[in-house]
Amino acid sequence: MGRFLFRLPDIGEGVAEAEIVARAVKIGDHVKEDQPLLDVMTDKATVEMTSPVHGIVVALHGEIGAMMPVGGVLVEFEVEGAGNAGEMPTAVAEPVAQVQPAPKPEPEVVKPAATSPASAPLASPFTRHRAYELGIDLSHVQGSGPAGRIVPADLEAYVQRQNAPAVSGLSRNTAVHDTRIVGLRRKIAEKMQEAKRRIPHFSYIEECDVTELEALRQDVNQNLHAHQPKLTLLPFFMRALVKVLPEFPNINARYEDEDGVLHSFGGVHIGIATQTANGLIVPVVRHAEALNIWDCARELTRVTSAARNGTATRDELSGSTITLSSLGALGGVAATPVINHPEVAIIGPNKIIERPVVHNGQITIRKMMNISSSFDHRIVDGHDAARFIQQLKRLIEHPAIIFMD
Amino acid sequence: MTETIKTKVLVIGGGPGGYVAAIRAGQLGLETVLVEAGRLGGTCLIRGCIPSKALIHAASHFATMVETARESRFGIQLETPPTLDFAQTIGWKDGIVDRLSGGVAGLLKRAKVRVIEGWAQFSDAKNCTVTTPSGPLTISAEHVILATGAQPVELPFLPFGGAVISSTEALALQEVPKHLAIVGAGYIGLELGTAFAKLGAKVTIVEAKDQILPLYDDKLVAPVQRWLEQHDVALHLGAKALGHDEGCLNIETREGETIALPADKILVTVGRAPNTFGWGLEQMNLRMSGPFVAVDERCATSTRNVWAIGDLVGEPMLAHKASAQGEMVAEIIAGQRRRFAPVAIPAVCFTEPEIVSVGLSPGDVPAGVEIMIGQFPLQANGRALSMDAGDGFVRVVAQKSDHRILGIQAVGAHISEFSGEFATLLEMGAVLEDVRGIIHAHPTQSEAIFEASLKALGHAIHI
Repeated sequence: MGRFLFRLPDIGEGVAEAEIVARAVKIGDHVKEDQPLLDVMTDKATVEMTSPVHGIVVALHGEIGAMMPVGGVLVEFEVEGAGNAGEMPTAVAEPVAQVQPAPKPEPEVVKPAATSPASAPLASPFTRHRAYELGIDLSHVQGSGPAGRIVPADLEAYVQRQNAPAVSGLSRNTAVHDTRIVGLRRKIAEKMQEAKRRIPHFSYIEECDVTELEALRQDVNQNLHAHQPKLTLLPFFMRALVKVLPEFPNINARYEDEDGVLHSFGGVHIGIATQTANGLIVPVVRHAEALNIWDCARELTRVTSAARNGTATRDELSGSTITLSSLGALGGVAATPVINHPEVAIIGPNKIIERPVVHNGQITIRKMMNISSSFDHRIVDGHDAARFIQQLKRLIEHPAIIFMD
Repeated sequence: MTETIKTKVLVIGGGPGGYVAAIRAGQLGLETVLVEAGRLGGTCLIRGCIPSKALIHAASHFATMVETARESRFGIQLETPPTLDFAQTIGWKDGIVDRLSGGVAGLLKRAKVRVIEGWAQFSDAKNCTVTTPSGPLTISAEHVILATGAQPVELPFLPFGGAVISSTEALALQEVPKHLAIVGAGYIGLELGTAFAKLGAKVTIVEAKDQILPLYDDKLVAPVQRWLEQHDVALHLGAKALGHDEGCLNIETREGETIALPADKILVTVGRAPNTFGWGLEQMNLRMSGPFVAVDERCATSTRNVWAIGDLVGEPMLAHKASAQGEMVAEIIAGQRRRFAPVAIPAVCFTEPEIVSVGLSPGDVPAGVEIMIGQFPLQANGRALSMDAGDGFVRVVAQKSDHRILGIQAVGAHISEFSGEFATLLEMGAVLEDVRGIIHAHPTQSEAIFEASLKALGHAIHI
């Protein structure tokens, strides 16, 4: 009998750790090869880990919710034969996936906090500690000491002022409910933080007349063949993107900023921002350029349903080169969508409303829609973004062009 | 089957960072295990700060008596020169080290920290195997605090071994070398060089830069340089060490001339490098910052619940910084909201005379900030003169707009003891007028702090 250590494999894309979200086995279980062991969550995807061996579970590592580093032991088995760990779990037993330490040391040395600029708020260590505990930025607190030094009484007065009762007679509800941000919500939080921190966004919003498109769409939907899916607006946008993007290779791209490399793609892989019961997920329709409008519609339905019911594979949740984020029927005049890092652009169609507009010299009722978009200003200049959106607009306003070669 | 320990907190390294973290974690009721391969106390206690200070102290005693035998001082004359049994000096130093290391063990025990003697090897960020004298055991921890410290940097053309030694061996020599060549005039090289010069060695110091103690400004360094020159310590600045032959160190001088310096021992003190190899750091997938482990202001690494402190995370590589970070990390693990944001980390240098620097020197002040400087010479301080130690000064650097003190530096005998007052003034956010309002005892050298502040305000009394 030997011991087999099942380690968290390298799931790729620079994932350094994964969260254990569910377990399927307990200590003492006899496990067959390929039997599910546990679910771990990485960047947006929940991945089921199956057993590579037959054996008896003798140890489980990490609780639910724990972050496990890649290469970390998840399950220990007792197996027939030698196993991969011999009698004792040695320190480095041929790890399944060895992670290299970060290869690029940043040249700058950590600057000690000691060289604080001469403008930092003046306060004693106790006052600074108290303020940090209370979550108060001392630069907002008026100091009463020499050179504006903040004494404990100043901090106390600031806190009192913040909590002063209102004069209206209405009482304050001071209840605070704490929720640990874990699982998918934490992934979303990290991803959004990353995108906003790294990418200098700029947004561009344009108005489109979609009367023609809507007429076409309604007509098609009323005369569908049995095998044809109903068309929403998005398949038209997908086909329009396929048509416009070849002229803008820098927009259909992923920017790996740490390597300083922009990967521009021939194929168009469209991320579809999808609201699920647990939060935002972005499944991907791959190679939209090879799909006609019907296939686009089918694939769109397939990947978004997979995302909603949790069956999307890792492959279906990564690799997009541009993202569509439709707020659909919820309305809203415009949005400033957050780019799906490391992409460089995101397109968000807003709600269609009927509005009086001047059309051919007359005030008429037209179906109008805004297109909101955001771009990574490191890669995309304002001029090019505007040209891109103008071309997209032309196609959306005159949808026949989408289908002309 | 190997024993497996599951613990809340695992501390790697028993130096001033690690042991303080472990004691604090224990005080806070966290189940804590500390792994140390060598002796408790780390570089600081075993082969750094403490043993070097003991050696410096003994050397000063000896030097005073040698001088007194040569010529009468204060009317005191020794008929015969003193003799030195250096093995006994080292024995006395070892006694202090033993006492302090034992003390650390006692403190850890009282804090209910389990100490494991052995070398830890990580298999991932939270699990390691420790090779102990009684066999291997594995440790699985919820939180890992890395405090592996640093070690002397080796020069490729002067590898350690034989006559070429690091500070560790210099503190354990059994006799005083006749000729000691030192490569690197940082604080470690100068402290040891000064001590060995006082013990009778002929000391030569080789430094690649144009100044000794390149981290300090020339005004602070000048009294130290004067002492070295007066005591026949040869300095080769702007010079490069090339390699060594039997009994000598070959250097290229600033002028490009190659010369051989006589040397029984060659002490290489060109810096210290963090200990990042040999214990499985590469299995932990931590983000690095240059040679150091990258951490944020809470000493958190890029992997959750893995913390790193002390020399491993960057400059300044000082014991008191490591201890402060260790204490903080333990409190964060216990659920407190803390961060490492000192106004200043004091630095002291036990040369002859001593140097202390806290906060900004005039040259460090950011552009655009107008400053006022008050410098008071110890020549005008009664206590300094009564100790026959007039070479030195206290210098206060303040911001002109609001008189906030940005930094204080001093050089003089026993001046390192001022680091506490200097740091207090900076951390409490003192302005020059605060120091004016604090009565400093007479006759002490601390009056110089008061006078330097008055000088900055334009009305010093005693100059």
